[in-house]
Amino acid sequence: MSDYYAQLAEKLQSTLQGKIVNVEQGNGEVTVIVTPENLIDVSTILRDDEKFRCEQLIDVCGVDYSEYQGSMRPDERFAVVYHLLSVGLNHRIRVRTFAAGEMPMVPSVVDIWSSANWFEREAFDMFGIVFDGHPDLRRILTDYGFIGHPFRKDFPISGHVEMRYDEEKRRVIYEPVSIDPRDQIPKVIRDDHRYMVAEVEKVK
Amino acid sequence: MSEIRNYTLNFGPQHPAAHGVLRLILEMDGEVVERADPHVGLLHRGTEKLAETKHYLQSLPYMDRLDYVSMMSNEHAFCMALEKMLDIEVPERAQYIRVMFDEITRILNHLMWLGAHALDVGAMAVFLYAFRDREDLMDCYEAVSGARLHAAYYRPGGVYRDLPEQMPKFATEASKYHSEKEFEALNEPRQGSLLDFIEDFTERFPTNIDEFETLLTNNRIWKQRLVGIGVVSPERALQTGMTGPMLRGSGIEWDLRKKQPYEVYDKLDFDIPVGTEGDSYDRYLVRVEEMRQSNRIIKQCVQWLRENPGPVMAENHKVTPPKRTEMKEGMEQLIHHFKLFSEGFTVPEGEAYAAVEHPKGEFGIYMVSDGANKPYRMKIRAPGFAHLSAFDEMVRGHMLADVVAIIGTQDIVFGEVDR
Repeated sequence: MSDYYAQLAEKLQSTLQGKIVNVEQGNGEVTVIVTPENLIDVSTILRDDEKFRCEQLIDVCGVDYSEYQGSMRPDERFAVVYHLLSVGLNHRIRVRTFAAGEMPMVPSVVDIWSSANWFEREAFDMFGIVFDGHPDLRRILTDYGFIGHPFRKDFPISGHVEMRYDEEKRRVIYEPVSIDPRDQIPKVIRDDHRYMVAEVEKVK
Repeated sequence: MSEIRNYTLNFGPQHPAAHGVLRLILEMDGEVVERADPHVGLLHRGTEKLAETKHYLQSLPYMDRLDYVSMMSNEHAFCMALEKMLDIEVPERAQYIRVMFDEITRILNHLMWLGAHALDVGAMAVFLYAFRDREDLMDCYEAVSGARLHAAYYRPGGVYRDLPEQMPKFATEASKYHSEKEFEALNEPRQGSLLDFIEDFTERFPTNIDEFETLLTNNRIWKQRLVGIGVVSPERALQTGMTGPMLRGSGIEWDLRKKQPYEVYDKLDFDIPVGTEGDSYDRYLVRVEEMRQSNRIIKQCVQWLRENPGPVMAENHKVTPPKRTEMKEGMEQLIHHFKLFSEGFTVPEGEAYAAVEHPKGEFGIYMVSDGANKPYRMKIRAPGFAHLSAFDEMVRGHMLADVVAIIGTQDIVFGEVDR
C-alpha cells in the first residue's frame, strides 16, 4: 500500500510541477501542499486528471496552528485541509493550504465538489476562515447571533457567555461566564523516544 | 376565491419525524417544497474542541456520544487513527472481536433506522419488532462492556477485555412483571457464553428479517411512499460526498470493508448490496440486505473466536494498560498504569486520517498531533453531515410528506451531524 502511495506522490509531483509547494508522505498517506492562489487549479486537476480522479471531497477541516509546539510549525496561522477520495482508483489524497492573517481567505471549491458547501460553512463558523466565492457562507453549527469562532485556539473552552432563564424579565438572557477556565490535563511533550524503544523490541 | 401563495414553513426542531433536533425552513408552493434550508447545530457540543483539552483515552467515550445508535463503530475510527499514528499492531483476536461488534453495531443501527423510518411513513409495528431484536444486541454490549449504549469498549491497541464466559441471566424468581415461565424463556439462550448467545441470535435473526420484509417490502403503501422518492444519480451522489448505503443505493459499488479493508475484513466472506434506481426504496433494500450480510460476518467471527483464544490488547504498555493482577504486584506496571491514566500517552508529531465503514457511511477521524499527550486538532468526518447537506437537492419538487420519508432514508442522527 505504501508503495502505491510513493508512486502516487511521484505522479503528483511531476504532474503538478510549479503549481504546488510540496508533496509530503507519512503514515501511508500523501499530502499536497498548495498556496491558496493555486488551489482551484490543483483541485480541478486532481478531480479531472485520469491519474488521480478524485470524484469525492470527503472532508474539509480547518486548523489553527497558533499554539502548535511541534517542529513542523508553519508560519501561517490557519490551514485548510481537504481530504479527497477517488472511488474509481481507490486512493486518498490530502490537500493542505495555508492562510495567513486574522481574516484568512481561501478560494471556495464548491464549484468543483458540491459537498464543500457545508464543510466550508463549518470551517468558516469554527475558525473564521473566509471562502471566497462560496454561494452561502453563513454560520452552521453555532447558535443564531453567536459571536466569535469557537475552534480558534484563543477561544476558551468555557466560551464567553452563558445562558439562563431570568424570572424577572421572563425570558432567557445571556451573561458573561461565571466559571474560570482551568486546565485539568497539562499538556506534556515527551522527547525520550519511547516509541523508538518499542520498535526495537518489535524487531527482536 | 383566495389566491394560493408561496409560504415558508418551519419544521422542527421539536418534531417526532425530525429524528432529534433538525430545524427545517421549507419554502413551499402549495404542498410542494421549492427549497429546504436545514438549520443544524442544536446538538453541537464541540466534541472536537473538548478532545483538544483531554488526553487521548479520555476523549474515547465522547466517540460513543457522536452517533449514539452505532457507538462502537465511532470508537473504532478513533482507535484506528491512534493506532496508525502510534504504529501499534492489534492482536488478531481483538481484530475479530472488533469486526464482530462492528457488525452487531451495524445491525443495531439498521434496526433503529428501519423502525424509525417505518414509523415516520406510518407503520407502527416494525418499530416494536425492531426493538425486540435491538434488545438482544444491547445485552451483548452490556455483557462485554457493562454499558448498553455508551460502551467505551474499543481501546487503542485492542479491546478493553476478552469476551465473557458467562452470559448474564435474568432473575429466576417471578416478579411483578414477568412470571417464572417468562424468565425461563428469556434465560434459555443465555445458558452458555456470550458467543453462544450471539450464535443463537444469528440463527434466529434471518427469520426476523424475513418478518420485517413481509411487513414492508411488497407492502403497497410502503412502496407508494418510497419508490421514486429522493432519487440521487450516481454522479450527484459522488459530488455531494455521499458514502455508505446512500452511495450504494445509487448503484456505486463502494464499501471500505471491501475496497480498503481494515482489521480482518479481507479474510471474511460477504457481499455488498448495490441499488439500481437510487431512490428511497433501493436504499431500504440495500440496508436490509446489509443486515443479512452482517449476520453472515458475525457467524464467521463467532466461529473463529471459538477456536482461537489469545490476547485482546497489544502488549506495549506505553500505550495500553497493564493487567490488573500484574499492576498489583509489579512496580513498573504500577507506574505505567498511573502515568497512563493521569498523563496519558504522547503521540508522535504528525497527522493521520482513519476511516471505517460506519453503518451510515464513511466515518473518519483526522488527527493532528504536535507530539503532546492531547490531540492538537481532531476532526470528525461524520457521514450524516454530508448527507444532510444534500437534503435540499433531494427534496426539491417533492411533497411535504416526502420530506419526512427523505429524512428517514438518509438515516440522520444528530449526535454525529452536530458533533
